[in-house]
Amino acid sequence: RSYGKIDEELFDDLEEILVTADVGINTTMEIIDRLKNRVKEEKISEPDKVRELLKEEIKKIMEESEGDNKLKIGSSPTVILMVGVNGVGKTTTIGKLSYNFKKQGKKVIIAAGDTFRAAAIEQLEEWSNRSGADFVKHSEGADPAAVIFDGIQAAKARKADVLICDTAGRLHNKKNLMNELSKIFRVVNSEFPEAEKEVLLVLDATTGQNAISQAKVFKEVCDITGVVLTKLDGTAKGGVVIALQSELGLPVKLVGIGEKIDDLQEFNVEDFVEAIFD
Amino acid sequence: MVFESLSEKLQNALGKLRSKGKLTEKDVDTALREVRLALLEADVNFRVVKDFVKRVKERAIGSEVMESLTPGQQVIKIVNEELTILMGERESKLNIASTPPTIILMCGLQGAGKTTTAGKLANNLLKQNKRPLLVACDIYRPAAIKQLEVVGERVGVPVFTMGDRNNPVDIAKAAIEYGKKNNNDIIIIDTAGRLHIDDDLMEELENIYSAVNPHEVLLVVDAMTGQDAVNVAETFNDRLEITGVILTKLDGDARGGAALSIRSVTKKPIKFVGMGEKLDQLEPFHPDRMASRILGM
Ligand SMILES: Nc1nc2c(ncn2[C@@H]2O[C@H](COP(=O)(O)OP(=O)(O)OP(=O)(O)O)[C@@H](O)[C@H]2O)c(=O)[nH]1
Ligand SMILES: Nc1nc2c(ncn2[C@@H]2O[C@H](COP(=O)(O)OP(=O)(O)OP(=O)(O)O)[C@@H](O)[C@H]2O)c(=O)[nH]1
Ligand SMILES: [K+]
Ligand SMILES: [Mg+2]
Ligand SMILES: [Mg+2]
Repeated sequence: RSYGKIDEELFDDLEEILVTADVGINTTMEIIDRLKNRVKEEKISEPDKVRELLKEEIKKIMEESEGDNKLKIGSSPTVILMVGVNGVGKTTTIGKLSYNFKKQGKKVIIAAGDTFRAAAIEQLEEWSNRSGADFVKHSEGADPAAVIFDGIQAAKARKADVLICDTAGRLHNKKNLMNELSKIFRVVNSEFPEAEKEVLLVLDATTGQNAISQAKVFKEVCDITGVVLTKLDGTAKGGVVIALQSELGLPVKLVGIGEKIDDLQEFNVEDFVEAIFD
Repeated sequence: MVFESLSEKLQNALGKLRSKGKLTEKDVDTALREVRLALLEADVNFRVVKDFVKRVKERAIGSEVMESLTPGQQVIKIVNEELTILMGERESKLNIASTPPTIILMCGLQGAGKTTTAGKLANNLLKQNKRPLLVACDIYRPAAIKQLEVVGERVGVPVFTMGDRNNPVDIAKAAIEYGKKNNNDIIIIDTAGRLHIDDDLMEELENIYSAVNPHEVLLVVDAMTGQDAVNVAETFNDRLEITGVILTKLDGDARGGAALSIRSVTKKPIKFVGMGEKLDQLEPFHPDRMASRILGM
């Protein structure tokens, strides 16, 4: 669709694009306001240019944390803690990630910190088989912090480069479950002080504005260092991560684009922004 | 979470205007702007909100509101009524076949809660003295079959599986035969999570559908879903003709606007809501409560 001139209709359509991509109406209105200012200040007169400016505005937000979009892997050992609400893709992402590390020749251990959900341990064990990572588990119903403790001991003893810890899905408004997570986090910090730490909040791209509430609470409890945006192979755009970056300073580090072991990519701002306008 | 409720905002916006005398159309627009924002914040789909606000406006500029002494309350009443109508007016039950077995097909996106909800439904029906059978048709997700077996064991319901080397269509057919022989009056088929745009997997689901002719096709949807809910629901409904929706994870703090989006594009009832991970945490759906929740009131 092409526009004859820059008018409210054009801005309304841009608003629709952003809201439909789950950017959220508040963040959308802020971005559109900034856009309108720029159009005025820079005396833009071509409607097509406005869309490009809008893309630039979003990129600017997402690039605020330049350099933070990469996992802090390098100096080993590294501990990665995978957290998030139910069903977002934590366990699957661990499978993909450990496969990536194995391909780079790293020694990887996976710890089965979800002792709650039916067959969660078996699911993760299958992923450890596929990726060729070592696997540390207890039985169903065991204390997850104890599993992670054992994972850390194993990582030290076997001189692993990376320890990846699965955790049970939990809704952020469940006090007791968040306390349990806080305990896991404390164990990682106290038992493995020398390790580099990544605490990744896994977020399903189909999620709407609730993601903001999720991120706030998880960040408070366990110091999130980045976001994994999964299921981007669907039609959802995951636009809420713009608010996570701008309001909470949380960078997206990885994206999931399928259920297979190699369906994991580094976050690419350009691709992300283009996809919103597709 | 601090939340300045919508009803308060509307009261404020319209209450002040009231002192000027009669409300104008512009006053109503101001109030409806708040409604629009609340619905969008609650993840109701952009288009659905647009239509909704238009409908409410038509009613709200009617004389009974404009001249009422409590215009704020009138507008809220209209919004709530319209929402409740859109949500489906009353609780809707499971379709039980007159000649058993009743066949229920579960479907939905990855991670929505199908397997857990299949277990919850089985548990629920068992308590009503039915003899449910769970069927493992997810041959893809690692340990999906095991998960259903554990769930079945927890609620004390048998699980039919043929491992992951058989076609889900064949598994479903064999399960029906097995269920009939074993006097199971309800057969609940768990399927793999799939994207609505995954043509092969959607075709597989259509094939299961034609093979077993289900009485219920339940689309399982995560209450945290955002704007994409309409695309998902519309596609599943087009390809399968769903009979109802189950909204999961409502024990969270999501406002659940997806419920409204899905209702409005499919016109199919929401039959149950998931209120936790435990297998007895399935509840009937209350349209009026959902309407208030979406509005943040
Ligand atoms: N299409 C798609 N599906 C994905 C992706 N990542 C994960 N999934 C699927 O999402 C579903 C849930 O994934 P899990 O890894 O079990 O999610 P989880 O967060 O560990 O779930 P819980 O432990 O139950 O909280 C599975 O069916 C996965 O195959 C992705 O990037 N794209
Ligand atoms: N809090 C909460 N969690 C739920 C609810 N329903 C399901 N879950 C959780 O959501 C996650 C995914 O549930 P599953 O039943 O595995 O979902 P699924 O749709 O079968 O997933 P796939 O088979 O991978 O597509 C699990 O952690 C469940 O425990 C609910 O109503 N409330
Ligand atoms: K989900
Ligand atoms: Mg998991
Ligand atoms: Mg399942």
